[in-house]
Amino acid sequence: MTTAFRHRPPRAGAGRAAGLVPTALLLVGAVYCLFPVVWVLIAATKSPGELFTTSTLSFGTGFLGNVSELFAYRDGVFWWWAGNTLLYAGGGALLSTAVSAISGYTLAKYRFPGRDAIFTLLIGGILVPAVVLAIPQYLLFSKIGLADTYAAVLLPQILHPYGIYLARVYAAAAVPDSLLEAGGRCRARRGGPGGGGKQLPRPLGGVDQHPHHREQAGGGPDEQQGANQPSLYNLILTGAFLSIIPLIALFLTMQRYWKTDLSSGALK
Amino acid sequence: MTHPDRTVRQPGRILWPYVFLTPAIVLFTLFLAVPIGYTVYLATRRAKVSGLGLGRGARREVFVGFENFAAALADAELWHGWLRVLGYGALVLVVMLGLALLFALLLDTARVRLARFSRIAIFLPFAVPGVAATLLWGFLYLPSLSPIREVLDVDFLGATTVTYSMANVAVWGGTGFNMLALYTTLRAIPRDLYEAARLDGASEFQIAVRVKIPLLTPAIILTTVFSIIATIQVFTEPTALRPLTNTISSTWSPLMKVYRDAFVNGDLYSAAATSIVIAAISLVLSLGFLRVVRDRAFGES
Repeated sequence: MTTAFRHRPPRAGAGRAAGLVPTALLLVGAVYCLFPVVWVLIAATKSPGELFTTSTLSFGTGFLGNVSELFAYRDGVFWWWAGNTLLYAGGGALLSTAVSAISGYTLAKYRFPGRDAIFTLLIGGILVPAVVLAIPQYLLFSKIGLADTYAAVLLPQILHPYGIYLARVYAAAAVPDSLLEAGGRCRARRGGPGGGGKQLPRPLGGVDQHPHHREQAGGGPDEQQGANQPSLYNLILTGAFLSIIPLIALFLTMQRYWKTDLSSGALK
Repeated sequence: MTHPDRTVRQPGRILWPYVFLTPAIVLFTLFLAVPIGYTVYLATRRAKVSGLGLGRGARREVFVGFENFAAALADAELWHGWLRVLGYGALVLVVMLGLALLFALLLDTARVRLARFSRIAIFLPFAVPGVAATLLWGFLYLPSLSPIREVLDVDFLGATTVTYSMANVAVWGGTGFNMLALYTTLRAIPRDLYEAARLDGASEFQIAVRVKIPLLTPAIILTTVFSIIATIQVFTEPTALRPLTNTISSTWSPLMKVYRDAFVNGDLYSAAATSIVIAAISLVLSLGFLRVVRDRAFGES
């Protein structure tokens, strides 16, 4: 369909020059965004001695030493942190995506009394800072004896207003009503209208929510504790490096699921 | 186009939306509505110490009405916090959204090279959690470690520069996400619209300014609203950067003051009142925007 419009008038020579400035500007942005990640990759390879003495952009020799020291730190508490993160991020992402997808789809594709009121209410949840909610949530959880449990951390983060919003926008744009008409009853037998959620844009995942609501992987509080102790710097840097590696790996493997061209999602 | 099945399916369709929305509504009630109600309740109360404060019943909760709110509104430290966040927020919003729009438009131009690489690289910081991002930049700001300090002799953690340094962390983490949001919207616009402009002799720049930006307006408003809300609630960056410098006070942003009141001073009542003031200000600032967003983004659907 798009090939029908391909025959734009050729302008000799102008093409290459016109593309040069945008390409250069984008590459400057790319370097700015990659720089801290590359820097921590290099810094994590340095032994405590090398960290302050060698050139910042040359690799060190202490990576394995740092890693084993980090894993041994306080009897392997790093593994405990990693396990917790996996549980909260993984479980939270799955549940959050499921709730966002079905809510967003329903709000986009059904007409029913109270639809706008429910949408406004759910979206209004964005206005309430997580830190503010933490106080009453903690007090209420301790009243029912759940204050120090996994549920107390996991449950409140399932509802994700921004995810619902994105799912609604996506369902409205990428799932044509005619397809639903044709789908008719077999849609219900296939497990309800969740099918449209298969190709939801990536930001719905729990690990990668809105920048200010993301999971804080790694030992957040402890990394902070050590931030004013130069002797722990190499451990913090290695820990930071190890905790963003799985996220970046996940991020890169999810690339192929991005449908930046929303209209193509409907054809599948 | 009427479907023969339509009338048969009609009765079931009335109930289904509510069934599908039940999980979200239950979660909303339990983890948002009830806690908010509890916060309002706490905000109107205060611990009263009678006698020497010893023994059972010496400390009890009493109703104080709007006293805590009055105290929060009269608190000079809180207003200083607002001013700091206002300066920081204006900087973040303008630079982050400006860059996001620029990059989205550049990615969408016809002859750009390495677009895929740039798109992934600029979106990559989004995979780095706020605390980790702040620590990375925090180390890059430290005089003893920073490779930037070798080239540029600026104290990134000084009393005035620290605001810019924090804004940089937010810009670094947020540009990619907003860029992708705008770029996705751009890709959803039918290509033949640009073809028409191109045939009329418009340059890429003219198409960007006269065709793409107007079409992007709803998406720009939307990303602005979400960014305003997130910026008002700034907490992670200053809190994670605090151990590296003494230029960030424990009440740098309003939300940090709430945290300190509640968890360091143990005064839940003042913290509750202050957090309601913060939520109210977020509401005032973004409700007008939200109305526009709803009408513009969903008016046609």
